[in-house]
Amino acid sequence: MVPLNWYIGLSAVIFVIGMVGFIVRKNILIMLMSIELMLNSVNISLVAFSHYLQDLRGQVFVFFIITVAAAEAAIGLAILVALFKNKAAVHTDEIMEMKG
Amino acid sequence: MLSKLFFGYFAVIMVALSLLVITRRNPVHSVLWMLVLFFHIAGLYLFLNAEFLAAVQVILYAGAILVLFLFVIMMLNIKVEITAERFIGEWPIGVALGLSILMLIYFTTSKLIQGPAGQFSIEAIKAETHTKALGKVLYTEYLFPFEIASLILLIAIVGAIVLAKKRG
Amino acid sequence: MNIPFPDLRPVTPEIIMTLSATALLILELIFKNKGVLAFIGILAAAAVMYIMPASMGETFGGMFISDSYSIFFKFIFIINLILTILISLRYIQRQKAEYGEYYSLLLFATAGMMLMASAKDLIILYLGLELMALSTYILAGIKRHDVKSNEAAIKYFLLGGFSSALLLYGISLLYGMTTTTDIYKIAEHLKATGVTTTLLLSMILIAVAFLFKIAAAPFHMWAPDVYEGAPTSITAFMSVGPKAAGFAVIGRVFYTAFQNIQTDWTTILIGIAILTMAVGNILAIVQTNIKRMLAYSSIAHAGYILLGIIAGTTEGLNAMMTYLFIYAFMNIGAFAIVIILDRGEELSDYEGLAKNRPLVAALMLVFMFSLTGIPPTAGFIAKFNLFTAVIKAGYTWLVIIAVMFSAISAYYYLRVVMNMYMKEMKQEAAIHLSPSLSLAILITVLMVLIIGIMPSMVIG
Repeated sequence: MVPLNWYIGLSAVIFVIGMVGFIVRKNILIMLMSIELMLNSVNISLVAFSHYLQDLRGQVFVFFIITVAAAEAAIGLAILVALFKNKAAVHTDEIMEMKG
Repeated sequence: MLSKLFFGYFAVIMVALSLLVITRRNPVHSVLWMLVLFFHIAGLYLFLNAEFLAAVQVILYAGAILVLFLFVIMMLNIKVEITAERFIGEWPIGVALGLSILMLIYFTTSKLIQGPAGQFSIEAIKAETHTKALGKVLYTEYLFPFEIASLILLIAIVGAIVLAKKRG
Repeated sequence: MNIPFPDLRPVTPEIIMTLSATALLILELIFKNKGVLAFIGILAAAAVMYIMPASMGETFGGMFISDSYSIFFKFIFIINLILTILISLRYIQRQKAEYGEYYSLLLFATAGMMLMASAKDLIILYLGLELMALSTYILAGIKRHDVKSNEAAIKYFLLGGFSSALLLYGISLLYGMTTTTDIYKIAEHLKATGVTTTLLLSMILIAVAFLFKIAAAPFHMWAPDVYEGAPTSITAFMSVGPKAAGFAVIGRVFYTAFQNIQTDWTTILIGIAILTMAVGNILAIVQTNIKRMLAYSSIAHAGYILLGIIAGTTEGLNAMMTYLFIYAFMNIGAFAIVIILDRGEELSDYEGLAKNRPLVAALMLVFMFSLTGIPPTAGFIAKFNLFTAVIKAGYTWLVIIAVMFSAISAYYYLRVVMNMYMKEMKQEAAIHLSPSLSLAILITVLMVLIIGIMPSMVIG
């Protein structure tokens, strides 16, 4: 059987890749996708814990996280569409109306 | 041994796919790599005896969220995208930060002490089927969060319409 | 299988709140006059406030708890909701953002905060947080024709999504260590297993997520841009509600689940609090836009309020709650003055206001004095009360630092007063007065003065 630590390691690597993607990319769409990556890595670790701890709570939690991720994506993309209608920009340095 | 080989395949492919997602210039390519990644995650869930979640992963993530992303990309101007600078100027700092956080997570979680075992052993779930077992927990113990989740979906519908509707 | 029907009494405030929010969505189609919706929203909030004290108890298998701690925070959220509705009524009309969904989303966001304050299970906590956050993202971007509002929404959204991913990672580790998501069971279990490095990591991740929400440095970068770009009424809402909700959660989770590593998180929070006070107060000095200045001021206040958590005593927690209660009135009051002026977003707009509009200037003076912490305003009582509690807990040096930063804060708050009273008027300042806005200002100024003169009213 695969040890639990392998799953945690895999989830940590994907989590950090998502985090780095969020920090270094300029494209807002890719930043959104990086957040989805991070959420998926959390899901992997929760499902793995749930399997190894013989407890269903983790999987129920994953169910809710997927629901929220869908809602979050819908709202994030709606904001992006609204921004794009006013200003054709999806890059972080193009949307610097305000000094950040 | 065989299970370790399977895990090894999944792990290597998933890490490679995640790297592809965050490095591609064209967002459409990123979305497509992400699609492959989500199928692999669903495979991993099957591996962990979570059939229902594997199905939800494919239907919701691959089927709904990524399609939403594709729709939005189609509305945006992709030609500008492809010529623009991909990374922030300080990207090496970001990568170094990421690597150090990874090390931190590795050293702190390698000594993780597992919690006590619950009552849903693989046999218990098998006897009841996974979907039924999950459904029972979801609609009894987790009824309240389930209701809140419905509110969140309502907000998402309302919000998407308020923000993206044509100016009237 | 026989499942007992859950006891709904403790959740009645939340049920009424969400039902009215949903009803507002439908009523929007019937009533063309959006003022009716605002009125219904206020009625719902008042009803919730009325029944709340009777809602004590636990329900849904111990996932939801309604105790005096959560009820006090819910009072703050509902006061915040009512005042926000009052100040937005005419303002969103002026901003051409008068959608019926506006009020509904305000109610949903408040319901999310109430769930956060009452959560005894991390799943409820997360879902409440998302309910609040998603509604606030939409509200920040509700002026969809305005690029600044869009930008505020996208920045808030990106950093909010990032911080909730960190929170989830922390929660997943906590779940792996304890096989439960119940905050009190986690505490019991962790007492038995002792301190591990994994526990520290998960504490740090959860702390970072909530420090993002309360806009503590160095996780404050989003606040000035979001506060400036969002509609002013929503800025007022965001600067009080989500912040108080974040503190409610930090108070509950850190004092129960992370009790056995209290020394560790206290050390981290001390550093964060000092940095937050420094960043907020020093950067506020160089701002020329009053919304940005108030954003940095709210960062600074988050730093003071953190001291109440650091104290680690019941007295400290009580002082923190009183501070948030008073902060709600003085901060929304200041934003109400920004709204009342036709052009009130730049500091230079306030030059010579005292000659032109003496009453408006006098009111702004009260709020600025209160934010600085000058007696006889409520802000002084809040700070005095908090600092006494922290000194009693043995952190005298921390209070000295906080008082020093408070003195610095006088510079930028009183600069607004200087502009109003000492400078020559450039042009006539037009004001938009409406009954609801006057009512909001009346409530806030009365509360600020009454609490300032008779502090026993709230502290007892």
